[in-house]
Amino acid sequence: MTETTTSSPRKYRAVSRASASRALRVGARDVRLSGWLFVLPALAAYGLFVLWPLIQTFKYSLYSWDGVAPAQWVGFDNYKTVFTDHELVGTLKHAFQLIIFFSGIPVVLGLVVASVMRRVASPRISSTARAVLFLPQVVPLVAAGIAWSWVLSTSGVVNQALSAVGLGGVTRAWLGDFGTALPAVGVIGAWVLLGLCTVLLLAGMSKIDPSLYEAAQIDGAGVVREFFSITLPGLRQEIGVCVTVTVIAALSAFDIVYISTRGGPGNATMVPGLKIYQLAFFNREVGVASALAVVLMVLVLVCILPIQWLTRKESEA
Amino acid sequence: MQGRLDAVKRRRLALVPSRTRLLLTLLAAVGLAAVAFAASSAASAARTAAPPSVTAACGSKPVTLQGYFETGFPDIIDLTKEFTRQYPKVKWHIRQDQFAVITQNAPLTLSGPNPPDLMRLPQVSGLIHDHLLKNLDRYYKRYRWDRFPASQLASLRAAPSGRPRGTGSLWAMGVNYSLTGVFYNKTLAAKIGMTTAPTTLAQLDALLAKAKTAGITPIVQFNGGATGGLLFPLQQLMSVYGPPGPINNWIFNKPAANINTPSNLAAVKHLQQWIKAGYFNTDANATDYPTMMSKFQHGDGLLIFDGDWESGNFDKTMPKQIGFFLMPPLKAGGTHAAMSAPLSYGVAAKAKHADCAAFFLNWVATNPKARKINVAVGGSNPGGPPSLPIPTVKPGSVTAQTLVAGKVVAAQNGAMDFIANATGAIYAQSWTPAVQKLFAGQIAPEDVLKTVQSDYEKQVASGG
Repeated sequence: MTETTTSSPRKYRAVSRASASRALRVGARDVRLSGWLFVLPALAAYGLFVLWPLIQTFKYSLYSWDGVAPAQWVGFDNYKTVFTDHELVGTLKHAFQLIIFFSGIPVVLGLVVASVMRRVASPRISSTARAVLFLPQVVPLVAAGIAWSWVLSTSGVVNQALSAVGLGGVTRAWLGDFGTALPAVGVIGAWVLLGLCTVLLLAGMSKIDPSLYEAAQIDGAGVVREFFSITLPGLRQEIGVCVTVTVIAALSAFDIVYISTRGGPGNATMVPGLKIYQLAFFNREVGVASALAVVLMVLVLVCILPIQWLTRKESEA
Repeated sequence: MQGRLDAVKRRRLALVPSRTRLLLTLLAAVGLAAVAFAASSAASAARTAAPPSVTAACGSKPVTLQGYFETGFPDIIDLTKEFTRQYPKVKWHIRQDQFAVITQNAPLTLSGPNPPDLMRLPQVSGLIHDHLLKNLDRYYKRYRWDRFPASQLASLRAAPSGRPRGTGSLWAMGVNYSLTGVFYNKTLAAKIGMTTAPTTLAQLDALLAKAKTAGITPIVQFNGGATGGLLFPLQQLMSVYGPPGPINNWIFNKPAANINTPSNLAAVKHLQQWIKAGYFNTDANATDYPTMMSKFQHGDGLLIFDGDWESGNFDKTMPKQIGFFLMPPLKAGGTHAAMSAPLSYGVAAKAKHADCAAFFLNWVATNPKARKINVAVGGSNPGGPPSLPIPTVKPGSVTAQTLVAGKVVAAQNGAMDFIANATGAIYAQSWTPAVQKLFAGQIAPEDVLKTVQSDYEKQVASGG
C-alpha cells in the first residue's frame, strides 16, 4: 500500500505521460482521419474524372480501336504514328507557334499595360481599364471566335480599316489565307488572354513595397530602370502563373480554332486538341487519338514543370 | 342457352349410324384441311401482294418512335407530323443535331442502351461493320422495294463487312433523293447576255469569262474551315471528262478502284484554270456554306454549285430570280451526270420498333401526301416506284427545274454518289485540305489525286 502510495505520483506521471502520448497519437490520428475525410470527396471526384480517364486514355493509346468493335493490342505503334506522321507532327508545331501569340504577347503586353496603368492612371480610370481588359475572359470563347471571324473576314472591320488608310492592297481573308490563318488565330488568343495577364500582373504590382520605388527614384533610376530592377523581379511569381496558364491554353487550344477555322485552310491551323477530336470521332481511330492526347499532356508537363520549379525556387529563396 | 344448343347437337349425332358417322368425320376432316390450305394460300398471296398494315408493323397499342435527325431539314419533321396525323397511335420523340455531330455520335448512339428507331445516317460502312445497323432485306421483300429503281438504292447496299458498297444487303433507305447542279442568278445572267443555260463546257467557260469581264463574281462557292465546297464543281467536272461509273466504283470501295485517272486529272486541271482565272470569290477558303448562300442571295455572284435541297428555299425567298441547269457535257448532245445521293436513314440494329420504322420509310416513298411534302418542303425527288407520279409543282419554279433535271439524269444513267462519302474520313482529312490547297495554289493537280488516293487506300485498309 505504502509502496503503492510512494510510487503513485511517479506511476501517475508515467501513466499520464503514456496516456497523453496515446491521446496525442489518437488525436493526431483523428486529425489525420478527419483531414482525409474532408479531402475524400474532392479526391474521389479527381480520381473519377481526372485520374481514371487518364489511365483509360493511356490504355486506349496502346490499342487499335474504332470505339465499338473489339480493340486490338498494337503496343506503342500509335505513338510511332504520332511522331512519324507529318500531319500529326505539324499539329504539334502549330501548338508551339501559338505559344508566341497566346503566351508571349499577353505577358509582354500585359506587363507594359499594367506598368502604365499603375504609374499614370487614376484609380477610376485604372479600374475601368481593368474591367475592359478583363472583359474577353467573361465572353464565351465560342462567341469570341464568331465575332473575330467577322472582324477578320474580307468585308470585316480589319480590312475596312486597312482600305480606309490606303492599304487596300494587303486586305485578304485573314482566316482563309494559308500564310495568315495561324497568326490570325493567335491574335484572337492574345486578345482573350491579355486581360487575364494584365489583371494578374496588376494585382502582383500592388504587393510591391512602394518604398522600393521611392528609393530607386532617390537613387536617380528612370522608368525603365525601375521596371527592370523592381517591377520585374517583384512579379516573378505572377509572371510564372501567367506563363503557365497561357502556355497550357496555347498547347491545348481547341475552341477558338474550332470556331474560327476548324483547322483550315488545308491544315494550316490544325492543332493537337482539334486533331484528337477529329481522329477519335470522325476517323474513329481512338488509339491514335489517345496517343496524341498522352503526348500532348506530356508536352504540357515538360513545358510547365520547369516554369513552376523556377517560380517556386525563387519564392523559397 | 348455350348448353341447350349443345344438347340438341349431341341428340342429332346420336341419330346417325356409326359407319356413316365415321365417313362424315373423314369427309369433314379432308374438307377442313382443304379449306385451311386454301385459306393459307390466300393469306400467303395476300402477304406478297399487300404490305402489312400499320397495326401489323407498329402494333395496336400507342407507340413512340425514337428519331435522331439532322437539323436544318424541315421536310423530315413535317413527314413525321403527317404520319402521326394519319396514324395517331404512332407518336415521335425526335432529337436533332448538326450532321457533324450526328457523324461523331453515330457509333455510340447506335450501340447505346436506347438506340433510335430511325436515324439520319452518315457514311455507313463502319456502322455496318460494327453490326450497328439493321439489315433491311426483310423489309425490301415485305414492301416490294424491288419496284424502286435499283440505282436509287445502290449506294445504300453493302457487303456485311461494310465494304464494298453498291451491292449486297440493303442497310438504309433514302427519304428523298437529292441532285446537284448549277444555280444561277437570272438578273446577273441577263446582264451578260445569258438567255439560255449553257449546253457545253466551253459555253460555260465563255459565260464565266464574260461575267468576270463585266465585274461580276462568276462563281460564289464555300470552301472555308472544314468544308471543301470546291468538291462540288470538281466532281461535276470529273463527270464531264469521264463516265460516272468508275467514280461510283471508287466511292463504293470496289477493289482496285482509283480516283487518280487521266479524266479526273483533266477535271482537276480545269478547276485549277477557273481558280487561276479568278472565277471564284477571292475569299472562298474563308467562306462557309451559310456565307455562300447569303452572298448568292444578295446577288454577289452569278452562280453556285449546289444541290436541290435549296430549291424550295429559292422558290420561297427569290421567286423567279433563280435558274438551274445540269453541268453541261463536253460536247453538245452529250450525256449529263450529277451527284445524286439519297438522304439516307437507317434503323438501329437494336431498335425497339424496327418494323414500325420500316413501315414509315415505305410510307414516305409511297404515300401521296408524304411525296407531296417531300417535293414541296424538301425540293427533292421523293423516289419510290417510277409508276407513282411526281407531285406537281409551280411551273417555272426552281423545284420544277430540278425535278426535270432529275429525270434527265435518271434517263441518262448519270447518277453519282458524292466523292466525299467514299470513307468516313476522306472528306475532312483528304479532300477538304486538298481543294483548299488547290485554291491557294499550294498543290499541283497531280498531287491532289495522288494524295487523296493514298489516304483512301490507307483508310479503306484500316476500315476507316
